[in-house]
Amino acid sequence: MVGTVQLDRPPPRKRRPRRELLPYFLLLPAVVLELLIHVVPMLVGVGISFLRLTQFYLRNWSSAPAAGFDNYRLALDFNQAAGEALLHSFLVTLGFTVLVLGFSWMFGLAAAVFTQRSFRGRGLIRTVFLIPYALPVFASVIMWSFMFQRDTGIVNHVLIDQLHLADQRPFWLIGQNSFYSLVIVEVWRSWPFAFLMLTAGMQSIPQDLYEAAAMDGAGVFAQIRWVTMPMLKSVNRVLLIVLFLWTFLEFTVPYVLFGKSAPEQADLISMHIYQNSFVTWNFGTGSAMSVLLLIFLLVVTVGYLAVSSRGSDNA
Amino acid sequence: MREPTWFSWTRRIGLTVLAVFAGLPIWVMVTSALKPLGDVQGDFRWFPTQLTVQPFFDMWHTIPLAEYFVNSIVVSTVASLASVGVALLAAYAVSRYRFHGRQTFSIVVLSTQMFPGILFLLPLFVIFVNLSQATGINLYQSRLGLIITYMTFTLPFAIWMLAGYLDSVPRELDEAAKVDGAGPLGAFVRVVIPVAMPGIVAVTIYAFMTSWGEVLFASVLTNESTRTLAVGLQGYATQNNVYWNQIMAASLTVSVPVVIGFLLLQRYLVAGLTAGSVK
Repeated sequence: MVGTVQLDRPPPRKRRPRRELLPYFLLLPAVVLELLIHVVPMLVGVGISFLRLTQFYLRNWSSAPAAGFDNYRLALDFNQAAGEALLHSFLVTLGFTVLVLGFSWMFGLAAAVFTQRSFRGRGLIRTVFLIPYALPVFASVIMWSFMFQRDTGIVNHVLIDQLHLADQRPFWLIGQNSFYSLVIVEVWRSWPFAFLMLTAGMQSIPQDLYEAAAMDGAGVFAQIRWVTMPMLKSVNRVLLIVLFLWTFLEFTVPYVLFGKSAPEQADLISMHIYQNSFVTWNFGTGSAMSVLLLIFLLVVTVGYLAVSSRGSDNA
Repeated sequence: MREPTWFSWTRRIGLTVLAVFAGLPIWVMVTSALKPLGDVQGDFRWFPTQLTVQPFFDMWHTIPLAEYFVNSIVVSTVASLASVGVALLAAYAVSRYRFHGRQTFSIVVLSTQMFPGILFLLPLFVIFVNLSQATGINLYQSRLGLIITYMTFTLPFAIWMLAGYLDSVPRELDEAAKVDGAGPLGAFVRVVIPVAMPGIVAVTIYAFMTSWGEVLFASVLTNESTRTLAVGLQGYATQNNVYWNQIMAASLTVSVPVVIGFLLLQRYLVAGLTAGSVK
Protein backbone atom coordinates (compact mmCIF):
# COMPACT_ATOMS: atom_id res chain seq x y z
CA MET A 1 0.00 0.00 0.00
CA VAL A 2 1.09 3.55 -0.58
CA GLY A 3 3.56 4.84 1.95
CA THR A 4 3.12 2.48 4.85
CA VAL A 5 5.95 3.28 7.17
CA GLN A 6 8.95 0.96 7.17
CA LEU A 7 8.93 -1.85 9.65
CA ASP A 8 12.62 -2.74 9.72
CA ARG A 9 13.33 -1.23 13.11
CA PRO A 10 14.78 -3.14 16.07
CA PRO A 11 12.05 -4.61 18.28
CA PRO A 12 11.12 -2.33 21.18
CA ARG A 13 12.45 -3.01 24.62
CA LYS A 14 10.08 -4.49 27.15
CA ARG A 15 7.67 -1.91 28.46
CA ARG A 16 5.38 -1.83 31.41
CA PRO A 17 1.83 -2.78 30.34
CA ARG A 18 0.42 0.64 31.29
CA ARG A 19 2.44 2.26 28.60
CA GLU A 20 1.36 -0.22 25.94
CA LEU A 21 -2.05 1.44 25.96
CA LEU A 22 -0.56 4.79 25.10
CA PRO A 23 -0.38 4.28 21.29
CA TYR A 24 -4.06 3.40 21.24
CA PHE A 25 -4.97 6.58 23.12
CA LEU A 26 -2.88 8.55 20.65
CA LEU A 27 -4.75 7.00 17.73
CA LEU A 28 -8.19 7.40 19.28
CA PRO A 29 -9.08 10.91 18.00
CA ALA A 30 -8.04 10.09 14.44
CA VAL A 31 -9.92 6.79 14.46
CA VAL A 32 -13.10 8.36 15.87
CA LEU A 33 -13.07 11.11 13.25
CA GLU A 34 -12.45 8.72 10.38
CA LEU A 35 -15.24 6.47 11.62
CA LEU A 36 -17.68 9.35 11.99
CA ILE A 37 -17.06 11.09 8.69
CA HIS A 38 -15.94 8.29 6.40
CA VAL A 39 -16.89 4.82 7.57
CA VAL A 40 -20.31 5.45 9.11
CA PRO A 41 -21.57 7.58 6.18
CA MET A 42 -20.27 4.92 3.82
CA LEU A 43 -22.36 2.25 5.55
CA VAL A 44 -25.35 4.59 5.77
CA GLY A 45 -24.90 5.25 2.05
CA VAL A 46 -25.09 1.56 1.27
CA GLY A 47 -28.25 1.43 3.40
CA ILE A 48 -29.81 4.40 1.62
CA SER A 49 -29.24 2.74 -1.74
CA PHE A 50 -31.88 0.19 -0.71
CA LEU A 51 -34.44 2.86 0.21
CA ARG A 52 -36.82 4.96 -1.81
CA LEU A 53 -35.41 8.11 -0.28
CA THR A 54 -36.61 11.39 -1.80
CA GLN A 55 -36.77 14.88 -0.33
CA PHE A 56 -40.08 14.02 1.42
CA TYR A 57 -38.27 11.66 3.77
CA LEU A 58 -35.09 13.70 4.14
CA ARG A 59 -35.73 14.80 7.73
CA ASN A 60 -36.89 11.39 8.80
CA TRP A 61 -35.10 8.98 6.55
CA SER A 62 -35.79 5.89 8.66
CA SER A 63 -39.42 6.07 7.54
CA ALA A 64 -38.55 5.96 3.84
CA PRO A 65 -40.03 2.86 2.18
CA ALA A 66 -37.68 -0.02 1.36
CA ALA A 67 -36.85 -0.40 -2.30
CA GLY A 68 -34.92 -3.69 -2.40
CA PHE A 69 -32.70 -3.69 -5.46
CA ASP A 70 -34.99 -1.30 -7.37
CA ASN A 71 -32.46 1.53 -7.32
CA TYR A 72 -29.75 -0.77 -8.70
CA ARG A 73 -32.11 -2.16 -11.31
CA LEU A 74 -32.95 1.38 -12.38
CA ALA A 75 -29.28 2.39 -12.57
CA LEU A 76 -28.22 -0.70 -14.53
CA ASP A 77 -31.16 -1.00 -16.95
CA PHE A 78 -29.41 0.39 -20.01
CA ASN A 79 -32.60 0.31 -22.07
CA GLN A 80 -34.23 2.87 -19.81
CA ALA A 81 -33.37 6.58 -19.77
CA ALA A 82 -31.69 6.58 -16.33
CA GLY A 83 -29.49 3.54 -16.98
CA GLU A 84 -28.58 4.72 -20.46
CA ALA A 85 -27.56 8.13 -19.10
CA LEU A 86 -25.42 6.48 -16.42
CA LEU A 87 -23.68 4.26 -18.98
CA HIS A 88 -23.09 7.26 -21.22
CA SER A 89 -21.66 9.23 -18.32
CA PHE A 90 -19.42 6.30 -17.36
CA LEU A 91 -18.02 6.06 -20.89
CA VAL A 92 -17.47 9.82 -21.11
CA THR A 93 -15.59 9.65 -17.80
CA LEU A 94 -13.49 6.73 -19.03
CA GLY A 95 -12.48 8.57 -22.21
CA PHE A 96 -11.77 11.72 -20.22
CA THR A 97 -9.61 9.79 -17.74
CA VAL A 98 -7.57 8.02 -20.42
CA LEU A 99 -6.84 11.29 -22.27
CA VAL A 100 -5.99 13.25 -19.13
CA LEU A 101 -3.80 10.50 -17.72
CA GLY A 102 -1.91 10.09 -21.01
CA PHE A 103 -1.22 13.79 -21.56
CA SER A 104 -0.44 14.57 -17.91
CA TRP A 105 2.05 11.76 -17.66
CA MET A 106 3.68 12.61 -21.00
CA PHE A 107 4.01 16.33 -20.17
CA GLY A 108 5.20 15.54 -16.66
CA LEU A 109 7.83 13.09 -17.88
CA ALA A 110 9.06 15.42 -20.63
CA ALA A 111 9.36 18.34 -18.22
CA ALA A 112 11.11 16.20 -15.60
CA VAL A 113 13.62 14.83 -18.16
CA PHE A 114 14.24 18.31 -19.61
CA THR A 115 14.92 19.83 -16.17
CA GLN A 116 16.96 16.93 -14.85
CA ARG A 117 20.29 18.59 -15.61
CA SER A 118 20.93 21.91 -14.03
CA PHE A 119 20.89 25.04 -16.24
CA ARG A 120 20.39 28.77 -15.77
CA GLY A 121 16.76 29.59 -15.01
CA ARG A 122 15.83 26.04 -14.01
CA GLY A 123 14.44 27.15 -10.65
CA LEU A 124 12.27 29.76 -12.34
CA ILE A 125 10.85 27.37 -14.91
CA ARG A 126 10.07 24.77 -12.24
CA THR A 127 8.14 27.44 -10.36
CA VAL A 128 6.15 28.36 -13.48
CA PHE A 129 5.30 24.68 -13.97
CA LEU A 130 4.11 24.30 -10.39
CA ILE A 131 1.85 27.36 -10.22
CA PRO A 132 -1.15 25.61 -11.86
CA TYR A 133 -0.95 22.93 -9.17
CA ALA A 134 -0.70 25.49 -6.36
CA LEU A 135 -3.65 27.65 -7.49
CA PRO A 136 -6.99 26.87 -5.84
CA VAL A 137 -8.95 24.76 -8.34
CA PHE A 138 -12.02 26.97 -8.34
CA ALA A 139 -9.94 30.06 -9.14
CA SER A 140 -8.13 28.46 -12.05
CA VAL A 141 -11.31 27.00 -13.52
CA ILE A 142 -13.03 30.40 -13.37
CA MET A 143 -10.00 31.80 -15.19
CA TRP A 144 -10.30 29.11 -17.89
CA SER A 145 -14.01 29.75 -18.33
CA PHE A 146 -13.12 33.38 -19.10
CA MET A 147 -10.57 32.18 -21.66
CA PHE A 148 -13.19 29.92 -23.29
CA GLN A 149 -15.85 32.67 -23.64
CA ARG A 150 -17.07 32.74 -27.24
CA ASP A 151 -16.93 36.50 -27.80
CA THR A 152 -14.46 37.83 -25.26
CA GLY A 153 -12.13 34.87 -24.64
CA ILE A 154 -8.49 34.52 -25.60
CA VAL A 155 -8.98 31.08 -27.20
CA ASN A 156 -11.28 32.30 -29.96
CA HIS A 157 -9.27 35.52 -30.27
CA VAL A 158 -6.12 33.56 -31.12
CA LEU A 159 -7.79 30.85 -33.24
CA ILE A 160 -10.20 33.07 -35.20
CA ASP A 161 -9.01 36.69 -35.09
CA GLN A 162 -5.28 36.04 -35.28
CA LEU A 163 -4.84 32.65 -36.98
CA HIS A 164 -8.11 32.71 -39.03
CA LEU A 165 -8.60 28.96 -38.59
CA ALA A 166 -12.39 29.14 -38.99
CA ASP A 167 -15.09 31.57 -40.13
CA GLN A 168 -17.43 30.99 -37.23
CA ARG A 169 -16.51 31.53 -33.59
CA PRO A 170 -17.08 28.13 -31.96
CA PHE A 171 -18.65 27.69 -28.53
CA TRP A 172 -16.27 26.00 -26.12
CA LEU A 173 -18.47 25.40 -23.11
CA ILE A 174 -21.45 23.71 -24.81
CA GLY A 175 -21.73 20.87 -27.33
CA GLN A 176 -18.93 18.48 -28.29
CA ASN A 177 -16.23 21.11 -27.69
CA SER A 178 -17.08 21.17 -24.00
CA PHE A 179 -15.48 17.73 -23.66
CA TYR A 180 -12.19 18.96 -25.10
CA SER A 181 -12.29 22.08 -22.94
CA LEU A 182 -12.73 19.87 -19.90
CA VAL A 183 -9.74 17.70 -20.91
CA ILE A 184 -7.55 20.77 -21.50
CA VAL A 185 -8.35 22.32 -18.13
CA GLU A 186 -7.84 19.03 -16.30
CA VAL A 187 -4.50 18.34 -18.02
CA TRP A 188 -3.38 21.90 -17.22
CA ARG A 189 -4.19 21.27 -13.56
CA SER A 190 -2.83 17.78 -13.10
CA TRP A 191 0.33 17.50 -15.20
CA PRO A 192 2.37 19.56 -12.70
CA PHE A 193 1.64 16.88 -10.10
CA ALA A 194 3.11 14.24 -12.43
CA PHE A 195 6.09 16.55 -13.00
CA LEU A 196 6.54 16.98 -9.23
CA MET A 197 6.46 13.26 -8.48
CA LEU A 198 8.70 12.29 -11.41
CA THR A 199 11.23 15.03 -10.61
CA ALA A 200 11.45 13.84 -7.02
CA GLY A 201 11.83 10.27 -8.26
CA MET A 202 14.64 11.24 -10.64
CA GLN A 203 16.57 12.97 -7.87
CA SER A 204 17.20 9.61 -6.28
CA ILE A 205 18.76 8.12 -9.44
CA PRO A 206 22.56 8.03 -8.97
CA GLN A 207 24.50 9.96 -11.62
CA ASP A 208 26.96 7.06 -12.06
CA LEU A 209 24.25 5.00 -13.73
CA TYR A 210 24.02 7.57 -16.55
CA GLU A 211 27.78 7.78 -16.82
CA ALA A 212 28.09 4.01 -17.01
CA ALA A 213 25.36 3.88 -19.65
CA ALA A 214 27.04 6.64 -21.67
CA MET A 215 30.33 4.74 -21.44
CA ASP A 216 28.57 1.74 -22.95
CA GLY A 217 27.50 3.96 -25.82
CA ALA A 218 23.89 4.61 -24.79
CA GLY A 219 22.38 7.74 -26.42
CA VAL A 220 19.76 10.02 -24.91
CA PHE A 221 16.82 7.74 -25.67
CA ALA A 222 18.62 4.60 -24.57
CA GLN A 223 19.49 6.25 -21.25
CA ILE A 224 15.86 7.26 -20.69
CA ARG A 225 14.67 3.81 -21.68
CA TRP A 226 17.19 1.73 -19.74
CA VAL A 227 18.17 3.94 -16.79
CA THR A 228 15.46 6.53 -16.06
CA MET A 229 12.33 4.44 -16.69
CA PRO A 230 13.32 1.38 -14.64
CA MET A 231 14.40 3.61 -11.74
CA LEU A 232 11.04 5.41 -11.86
CA LYS A 233 9.03 2.23 -11.68
CA SER A 234 7.85 2.59 -8.10
CA VAL A 235 7.03 6.29 -8.52
CA ASN A 236 5.08 5.57 -11.69
CA ARG A 237 3.17 2.83 -9.95
CA VAL A 238 1.84 5.22 -7.30
CA LEU A 239 1.52 8.19 -9.64
CA LEU A 240 -0.69 6.42 -12.18
CA ILE A 241 -3.19 5.05 -9.68
CA VAL A 242 -3.42 8.34 -7.77
CA LEU A 243 -3.94 10.30 -10.99
CA PHE A 244 -6.49 7.74 -12.15
CA LEU A 245 -8.56 8.02 -8.98
CA TRP A 246 -8.40 11.82 -8.91
CA THR A 247 -9.30 12.20 -12.56
CA PHE A 248 -12.05 9.61 -12.58
CA LEU A 249 -13.73 11.28 -9.61
CA GLU A 250 -13.17 14.86 -10.78
CA PHE A 251 -16.00 17.09 -9.70
CA THR A 252 -14.75 20.62 -9.11
CA VAL A 253 -13.57 21.30 -12.67
CA PRO A 254 -16.87 20.48 -14.46
CA TYR A 255 -18.93 21.99 -11.62
CA VAL A 256 -17.19 25.36 -11.84
CA LEU A 257 -16.76 25.28 -15.63
CA PHE A 258 -20.37 24.42 -16.51
CA GLY A 259 -22.44 25.25 -13.43
CA LYS A 260 -24.99 22.87 -11.98
CA SER A 261 -25.83 21.13 -15.26
CA ALA A 262 -22.99 19.89 -17.45
CA PRO A 263 -23.47 19.43 -21.21
CA GLU A 264 -24.26 15.83 -22.09
CA GLN A 265 -20.94 15.40 -23.91
CA ALA A 266 -18.98 16.33 -20.77
CA ASP A 267 -21.17 14.63 -18.16
CA LEU A 268 -18.56 13.20 -15.75
CA ILE A 269 -19.73 10.53 -13.33
CA SER A 270 -19.34 12.61 -10.14
CA MET A 271 -21.42 15.40 -11.64
CA HIS A 272 -23.97 12.89 -12.85
CA ILE A 273 -24.44 11.43 -9.37
CA TYR A 274 -24.45 14.89 -7.78
CA GLN A 275 -27.16 15.93 -10.19
CA ASN A 276 -29.25 12.84 -9.46
CA SER A 277 -28.91 13.43 -5.73
CA PHE A 278 -29.02 17.14 -5.11
CA VAL A 279 -30.76 18.59 -8.13
CA THR A 280 -33.52 16.03 -8.62
CA TRP A 281 -33.38 14.98 -4.92
CA ASN A 282 -33.35 11.29 -5.67
CA PHE A 283 -31.06 10.06 -2.91
CA GLY A 284 -31.80 6.36 -3.26
CA THR A 285 -30.76 6.19 -6.91
CA GLY A 286 -27.81 8.50 -6.28
CA SER A 287 -26.55 6.20 -3.51
CA ALA A 288 -26.97 3.10 -5.65
CA MET A 289 -24.89 4.76 -8.39
CA SER A 290 -22.22 5.73 -5.82
CA VAL A 291 -22.00 2.17 -4.53
CA LEU A 292 -21.60 0.86 -8.08
CA LEU A 293 -18.89 3.45 -8.67
CA LEU A 294 -17.04 2.41 -5.51
CA ILE A 295 -17.17 -1.26 -6.51
CA PHE A 296 -15.74 -0.38 -9.91
CA LEU A 297 -12.91 1.68 -8.39
CA LEU A 298 -12.10 -1.02 -5.83
CA VAL A 299 -11.86 -3.67 -8.53
CA VAL A 300 -9.64 -1.46 -10.68
CA THR A 301 -7.37 -0.45 -7.78
CA VAL A 302 -6.94 -3.91 -6.31
CA GLY A 303 -6.41 -5.40 -9.76
CA TYR A 304 -3.89 -2.72 -10.64
CA LEU A 305 -1.93 -3.13 -7.42
CA ALA A 306 -1.90 -6.92 -7.77
CA VAL A 307 -0.71 -6.85 -11.38
CA SER A 308 1.86 -4.07 -10.87
CA SER A 309 3.39 -5.63 -7.76
CA ARG A 310 3.75 -8.97 -9.54
CA GLY A 311 5.62 -7.16 -12.30
CA SER A 312 8.06 -5.62 -9.84
CA ASP A 313 8.80 -8.98 -8.20
CA ASN A 314 9.94 -10.41 -11.50
CA ALA A 315 12.09 -7.42 -12.36
CA MET B 1 29.17 13.75 -20.42
CA ARG B 2 27.93 16.16 -23.08
CA GLU B 3 24.43 16.04 -24.46
CA PRO B 4 23.95 16.20 -28.24
CA THR B 5 22.92 19.52 -29.82
CA TRP B 6 19.60 18.20 -31.08
CA PHE B 7 18.67 17.28 -27.54
CA SER B 8 19.41 20.71 -26.08
CA TRP B 9 17.23 22.24 -28.83
CA THR B 10 14.44 19.77 -28.18
CA ARG B 11 14.70 20.67 -24.53
CA ARG B 12 14.51 24.40 -25.19
CA ILE B 13 11.47 24.02 -27.44
CA GLY B 14 9.75 21.54 -25.14
CA LEU B 15 10.24 23.66 -22.04
CA THR B 16 9.05 26.79 -23.87
CA VAL B 17 5.85 25.11 -25.06
CA LEU B 18 5.11 23.77 -21.57
CA ALA B 19 5.90 27.11 -19.94
CA VAL B 20 3.50 28.90 -22.33
CA PHE B 21 0.78 26.31 -21.62
CA ALA B 22 1.27 26.65 -17.85
CA GLY B 23 1.82 30.40 -17.77
CA LEU B 24 -0.57 31.83 -20.39
CA PRO B 25 -3.69 31.54 -18.21
CA ILE B 26 -1.80 33.30 -15.42
CA TRP B 27 -0.99 36.14 -17.80
CA VAL B 28 -4.66 36.39 -18.79
CA MET B 29 -5.74 36.45 -15.15
CA VAL B 30 -3.25 39.10 -14.05
CA THR B 31 -3.71 41.45 -17.00
CA SER B 32 -7.51 41.12 -17.01
CA ALA B 33 -7.63 42.02 -13.33
CA LEU B 34 -5.91 45.29 -14.23
CA LYS B 35 -8.25 46.18 -17.13
CA PRO B 36 -11.14 48.64 -17.15
CA LEU B 37 -14.55 47.01 -17.70
CA GLY B 38 -14.69 48.04 -21.37
CA ASP B 39 -11.57 45.97 -22.15
CA VAL B 40 -13.09 42.69 -20.93
CA GLN B 41 -16.50 43.19 -22.54
CA GLY B 42 -15.30 43.43 -26.13
CA ASP B 43 -12.71 41.45 -28.10
CA PHE B 44 -9.89 39.99 -26.07
CA ARG B 45 -6.84 42.24 -25.71
CA TRP B 46 -3.35 41.06 -24.83
CA PHE B 47 -2.62 44.26 -22.92
CA PRO B 48 -4.94 46.61 -21.00
CA THR B 49 -5.69 49.89 -22.83
CA GLN B 50 -5.27 51.51 -19.47
CA LEU B 51 -3.91 50.02 -16.26
CA THR B 52 -6.33 50.29 -13.37
CA VAL B 53 -6.61 48.78 -9.90
CA GLN B 54 -10.30 49.74 -9.70
CA PRO B 55 -11.48 46.08 -10.05
CA PHE B 56 -9.66 45.27 -6.79
CA PHE B 57 -11.87 47.84 -5.02
CA ASP B 58 -15.12 47.14 -6.86
CA MET B 59 -14.98 43.36 -6.34
CA TRP B 60 -15.93 43.71 -2.67
CA HIS B 61 -19.28 45.30 -3.52
CA THR B 62 -20.56 43.08 -6.33
CA ILE B 63 -20.84 40.03 -4.04
CA PRO B 64 -20.31 39.75 -0.24
CA LEU B 65 -16.69 38.79 -0.86
CA ALA B 66 -15.41 39.90 2.57
CA GLU B 67 -17.89 37.60 4.29
CA TYR B 68 -16.81 34.63 2.14
CA PHE B 69 -13.20 35.50 2.89
CA VAL B 70 -13.79 35.40 6.64
CA ASN B 71 -15.66 32.09 6.34
CA SER B 72 -12.85 30.55 4.29
CA ILE B 73 -10.15 31.79 6.65
CA VAL B 74 -11.96 30.56 9.78
CA VAL B 75 -12.88 27.17 8.32
CA SER B 76 -9.47 26.50 6.72
CA THR B 77 -7.42 27.68 9.71
CA VAL B 78 -9.36 25.77 12.35
CA ALA B 79 -9.65 22.65 10.19
CA SER B 80 -5.96 22.55 9.30
CA LEU B 81 -4.68 23.21 12.83
CA ALA B 82 -7.05 20.68 14.38
CA SER B 83 -6.27 18.11 11.72
CA VAL B 84 -2.52 18.44 12.17
CA GLY B 85 -2.93 18.21 15.96
CA VAL B 86 -4.87 14.96 15.70
CA ALA B 87 -2.55 13.66 13.00
CA LEU B 88 0.56 14.39 15.10
CA LEU B 89 -0.69 12.17 17.93
CA ALA B 90 -1.47 9.34 15.52
CA ALA B 91 1.80 9.79 13.62
CA TYR B 92 3.78 9.66 16.87
CA ALA B 93 2.10 6.38 17.79
CA VAL B 94 2.78 4.91 14.35
CA SER B 95 6.38 6.15 14.27
CA ARG B 96 7.49 5.29 17.83
CA TYR B 97 5.48 2.27 18.94
CA ARG B 98 5.04 -1.28 17.69
CA PHE B 99 1.52 -2.34 18.61
CA HIS B 100 -1.18 -4.71 17.41
CA GLY B 101 -3.14 -3.31 14.49
CA ARG B 102 -0.47 -0.78 13.58
CA GLN B 103 -0.26 -1.85 9.96
CA THR B 104 -4.02 -2.30 9.64
CA PHE B 105 -4.43 1.25 10.88
CA SER B 106 -1.98 2.62 8.30
CA ILE B 107 -3.69 0.77 5.46
CA VAL B 108 -7.27 1.61 6.48
CA VAL B 109 -6.46 5.28 7.00
CA LEU B 110 -4.77 5.57 3.63
CA SER B 111 -7.51 3.74 1.78
CA THR B 112 -10.12 6.21 3.05
CA GLN B 113 -8.21 8.66 0.89
CA MET B 114 -9.51 6.91 -2.21
CA PHE B 115 -13.19 6.89 -1.25
CA PRO B 116 -15.07 9.04 -3.71
CA GLY B 117 -16.28 12.18 -1.94
CA ILE B 118 -19.55 11.92 -3.78
CA LEU B 119 -20.16 8.56 -2.08
CA PHE B 120 -20.24 9.85 1.46
CA LEU B 121 -21.35 13.40 0.71
CA LEU B 122 -24.93 12.30 0.38
CA PRO B 123 -25.19 10.13 3.53
CA LEU B 124 -23.14 12.68 5.46
CA PHE B 125 -25.65 15.33 4.45
CA VAL B 126 -28.56 13.14 5.57
CA ILE B 127 -26.76 12.35 8.87
CA PHE B 128 -25.98 16.02 9.51
CA VAL B 129 -29.60 17.02 8.85
CA ASN B 130 -30.90 14.37 11.23
CA LEU B 131 -28.23 15.02 13.91
CA SER B 132 -29.03 18.72 13.82
CA GLN B 133 -32.70 17.95 14.35
CA ALA B 134 -31.98 15.58 17.22
CA THR B 135 -29.40 17.64 19.10
CA GLY B 136 -30.10 21.22 18.11
CA ILE B 137 -26.44 21.67 17.13
CA ASN B 138 -26.51 22.90 13.58
CA LEU B 139 -24.07 20.82 11.56
CA TYR B 140 -25.20 21.42 8.03
CA GLN B 141 -25.15 24.99 6.81
CA SER B 142 -22.73 25.84 9.61
CA ARG B 143 -18.98 26.31 9.78
CA LEU B 144 -18.69 23.58 12.40
CA GLY B 145 -19.92 20.81 10.11
CA LEU B 146 -17.59 21.95 7.35
CA ILE B 147 -14.62 22.13 9.74
CA ILE B 148 -15.16 18.58 11.01
CA THR B 149 -15.53 17.30 7.45
CA TYR B 150 -12.37 19.03 6.19
CA MET B 151 -10.37 17.74 9.16
CA THR B 152 -10.98 14.18 8.06
CA PHE B 153 -10.09 14.96 4.45
CA THR B 154 -6.58 15.98 5.34
CA LEU B 155 -6.04 13.48 8.18
CA PRO B 156 -4.85 10.48 6.15
CA PHE B 157 -2.29 12.45 4.16
CA ALA B 158 -1.21 14.38 7.25
CA ILE B 159 -0.67 11.18 9.26
CA TRP B 160 1.28 9.62 6.40
CA MET B 161 3.54 12.62 5.86
CA LEU B 162 4.05 13.36 9.57
CA ALA B 163 4.94 9.74 10.32
CA GLY B 164 7.61 10.09 7.63
CA TYR B 165 9.00 13.28 9.20
CA LEU B 166 8.94 11.81 12.71
CA ASP B 167 10.80 8.72 11.47
CA SER B 168 13.62 11.03 10.42
CA VAL B 169 13.94 12.45 13.94
CA PRO B 170 16.59 10.27 15.67
CA ARG B 171 15.15 8.14 18.46
CA GLU B 172 18.23 8.91 20.55
CA LEU B 173 16.67 12.34 21.15
CA ASP B 174 13.58 10.77 22.78
CA GLU B 175 15.76 8.47 24.82
CA ALA B 176 17.96 11.35 26.01
CA ALA B 177 14.88 13.32 27.12
CA LYS B 178 13.55 10.27 28.95
CA VAL B 179 16.87 9.84 30.73
CA ASP B 180 16.46 13.45 31.86
CA GLY B 181 13.17 12.46 33.44
CA ALA B 182 10.57 13.35 30.78
CA GLY B 183 7.62 10.99 30.23
CA PRO B 184 6.90 9.69 26.71
CA LEU B 185 4.57 12.61 25.95
CA GLY B 186 6.94 15.10 27.53
CA ALA B 187 9.72 13.88 25.28
CA PHE B 188 7.40 14.17 22.30
CA VAL B 189 6.26 17.72 23.05
CA ARG B 190 9.58 19.17 24.19
CA VAL B 191 12.06 17.36 21.93
CA VAL B 192 10.47 15.70 18.90
CA ILE B 193 7.97 18.39 17.88
CA PRO B 194 10.53 21.24 17.77
CA VAL B 195 12.87 19.17 15.60
CA ALA B 196 10.05 18.15 13.23
CA MET B 197 8.63 21.69 13.06
CA PRO B 198 9.44 22.45 9.39
CA GLY B 199 7.61 19.30 8.36
CA ILE B 200 4.67 20.12 10.62
CA VAL B 201 4.38 23.60 9.13
CA ALA B 202 4.48 22.14 5.61
CA VAL B 203 1.70 19.68 6.38
CA THR B 204 -0.40 22.44 7.99
CA ILE B 205 -0.07 24.54 4.84
CA TYR B 206 -1.02 21.55 2.72
CA ALA B 207 -4.11 20.99 4.88
CA PHE B 208 -4.99 24.67 4.66
CA MET B 209 -4.76 24.61 0.86
CA THR B 210 -6.98 21.55 0.65
CA SER B 211 -9.72 23.16 2.72
CA TRP B 212 -9.33 26.50 0.93
CA GLY B 213 -10.04 24.97 -2.48
CA GLU B 214 -12.74 22.41 -1.61
CA VAL B 215 -15.97 22.91 -3.58
CA LEU B 216 -18.11 19.74 -3.50
CA PHE B 217 -18.91 19.62 0.23
CA ALA B 218 -18.97 23.39 0.59
CA SER B 219 -21.65 23.60 -2.11
CA VAL B 220 -23.99 21.36 -0.10
CA LEU B 221 -23.03 22.01 3.53
CA THR B 222 -23.13 25.84 3.54
CA ASN B 223 -25.80 28.49 3.17
CA GLU B 224 -25.62 32.15 2.19
CA SER B 225 -24.09 33.26 5.51
CA THR B 226 -21.52 30.44 5.88
CA ARG B 227 -20.50 30.22 2.21
CA THR B 228 -16.78 29.89 1.51
CA LEU B 229 -14.85 31.52 -1.33
CA ALA B 230 -14.68 28.28 -3.28
CA VAL B 231 -18.45 28.37 -3.82
CA GLY B 232 -19.12 32.07 -3.31
CA LEU B 233 -16.89 33.26 -6.15
CA GLN B 234 -19.33 31.78 -8.63
CA GLY B 235 -21.78 34.48 -7.52
CA TYR B 236 -20.10 36.90 -9.94
CA ALA B 237 -21.26 34.87 -12.91
CA THR B 238 -24.93 35.14 -11.96
CA GLN B 239 -24.93 38.95 -11.94
CA ASN B 240 -26.76 40.68 -14.79
CA ASN B 241 -23.51 42.18 -15.94
CA VAL B 242 -20.55 39.81 -15.85
CA TYR B 243 -17.64 41.85 -14.50
CA TRP B 244 -14.80 39.66 -15.75
CA ASN B 245 -12.16 42.12 -14.56
CA GLN B 246 -13.52 41.92 -11.01
CA ILE B 247 -13.78 38.14 -11.22
CA MET B 248 -10.13 37.90 -12.26
CA ALA B 249 -9.12 40.36 -9.53
CA ALA B 250 -10.97 38.30 -6.92
CA SER B 251 -9.54 35.00 -8.23
CA LEU B 252 -6.06 36.48 -8.07
CA THR B 253 -6.60 37.81 -4.55
CA VAL B 254 -7.82 34.47 -3.16
CA SER B 255 -4.98 32.61 -4.92
CA VAL B 256 -1.96 34.67 -3.91
CA PRO B 257 -1.75 33.56 -0.25
CA VAL B 258 -1.90 29.84 -1.02
CA VAL B 259 0.42 30.05 -4.03
CA ILE B 260 3.07 31.86 -1.98
CA GLY B 261 2.67 29.35 0.86
CA PHE B 262 3.02 26.48 -1.58
CA LEU B 263 6.10 27.85 -3.31
CA LEU B 264 7.84 28.59 -0.01
CA LEU B 265 7.23 25.07 1.22
CA GLN B 266 7.39 23.03 -1.96
CA ARG B 267 10.69 21.47 -0.95
CA TYR B 268 9.20 19.98 2.24
CA LEU B 269 6.00 19.02 0.48
CA VAL B 270 7.82 17.22 -2.28
CA ALA B 271 9.90 15.31 0.23
CA GLY B 272 6.77 14.34 2.16
CA LEU B 273 4.63 13.50 -0.86
CA THR B 274 7.16 11.18 -2.37
CA ALA B 275 8.71 9.69 0.77
CA GLY B 276 6.46 6.66 0.67
CA SER B 277 6.80 5.87 -3.01
CA VAL B 278 10.46 6.60 -3.64
CA LYS B 279 11.92 4.59 -0.80
